[in-house]
Amino acid sequence: MSDHNNHEMHGYYTGDIHNQFVPEHYDPKNRSVIWRTFWILLVITIGEVAIAFTSIPKEILMVTFITLTVVKAYFIVAFFMHLKHEKLSLAYCILFPFVLIVYLIAMSLTEANYLNLWDVIFK
Amino acid sequence: MAAEATLNNENANSKSWSGGVSPFGISWGKMMMWFFLVSDAFTFSSLIIAYGAFRHRHTQVWPTANDVFTHFPFVHEHLPLAYVGLMTFILIMSSVTMVLAVDAGHRRDNRSVAIWMGLTIIGGFMFVGSQAWEWYNFITGTPKGALITNMGEIYRFPENAPSLHAHSHTAIPDWALIAPDHKVIADKAEVERIKSISKPIKGANLVNNEYGHPLFADFFFFITGFHGFHVFSGVVINLIIFFNVLSGVYSRRGHYEHIEKTGLYWHFVDLVWVFVFTFFYLV
Repeated sequence: MSDHNNHEMHGYYTGDIHNQFVPEHYDPKNRSVIWRTFWILLVITIGEVAIAFTSIPKEILMVTFITLTVVKAYFIVAFFMHLKHEKLSLAYCILFPFVLIVYLIAMSLTEANYLNLWDVIFK
Repeated sequence: MAAEATLNNENANSKSWSGGVSPFGISWGKMMMWFFLVSDAFTFSSLIIAYGAFRHRHTQVWPTANDVFTHFPFVHEHLPLAYVGLMTFILIMSSVTMVLAVDAGHRRDNRSVAIWMGLTIIGGFMFVGSQAWEWYNFITGTPKGALITNMGEIYRFPENAPSLHAHSHTAIPDWALIAPDHKVIADKAEVERIKSISKPIKGANLVNNEYGHPLFADFFFFITGFHGFHVFSGVVINLIIFFNVLSGVYSRRGHYEHIEKTGLYWHFVDLVWVFVFTFFYLV
């Protein structure tokens, strides 16, 4: 254990049976990042509610809403959950499985649309 | 310590995977919280994708959310999206107080951690309460209810379809009915025929839904219920951590990593709500 204390990194030992060294990067700018993220999330949400009642075509609205949802998810995961500042290997471990979710969406919606079309044709 | 000597001789990369230090730069507990959240995200994704699939399957007769969730406390007008917008704000706000608690933990500031954790818990209770109110209104339904034919089709009254009035070029008469596919039936004989084969229903439950297709109610209860259960368990976990902070457990331990772990869970709950908000209320 001894030589890990010589790291220049700041951090702490977890103190459990693993007593693992965990580096810590404290940055005084953190709090301004938090509030900036808050304002972004708030403005996007208010914007979504505002454009919901305009006469913009439904298809364009849907694409906009889903895009803005992904943008909001990015800000929550990257800054509130701090994933942007974790090691890249960890971020990949967490994000890659969601390729399967994209596949599930494509598969389920294709099937559902086909069944719906079947109803429309043979009703 | 022969093993440690070999360890020191290897390059930095293999050293980080040889034990003693964290290869991902986080503790095992935090890593496992992340992997739990990935699996939980899969559960929520499956639920929301199932909702999406059935919605596409029955797209012509799917209810319009803006006609369903129109209530706001102390206001009698139809106000779609206002209340759920407020709920979203409450949850985002409690996410901010949570991340400020984590930040205070990095500074080893026990007092600030306690204050921010306390505010997070209050936000969590407010959200769960709001969701209970939303459920109450959905279960109770509109004052007039709707009609269900012996074929199980829902015919609504025009007063319960405010979004249709906005898009209609001609005024919809009071005695008309709204068909399941949102078309207005303004033919007196047809309205009488439908009334003769229908009985009234009111509110929504797992079997019937006065707003339209029963699957809409089923998915609403299941997904927002599952999410609400997550919020509730998050509040309970936050309470435990809060009392630990108050009794100085983490200041004695020297680090506030537990706040980060519960923080991850809490932000995840917020993240799921962002998707529920979009897919149930906006699109």
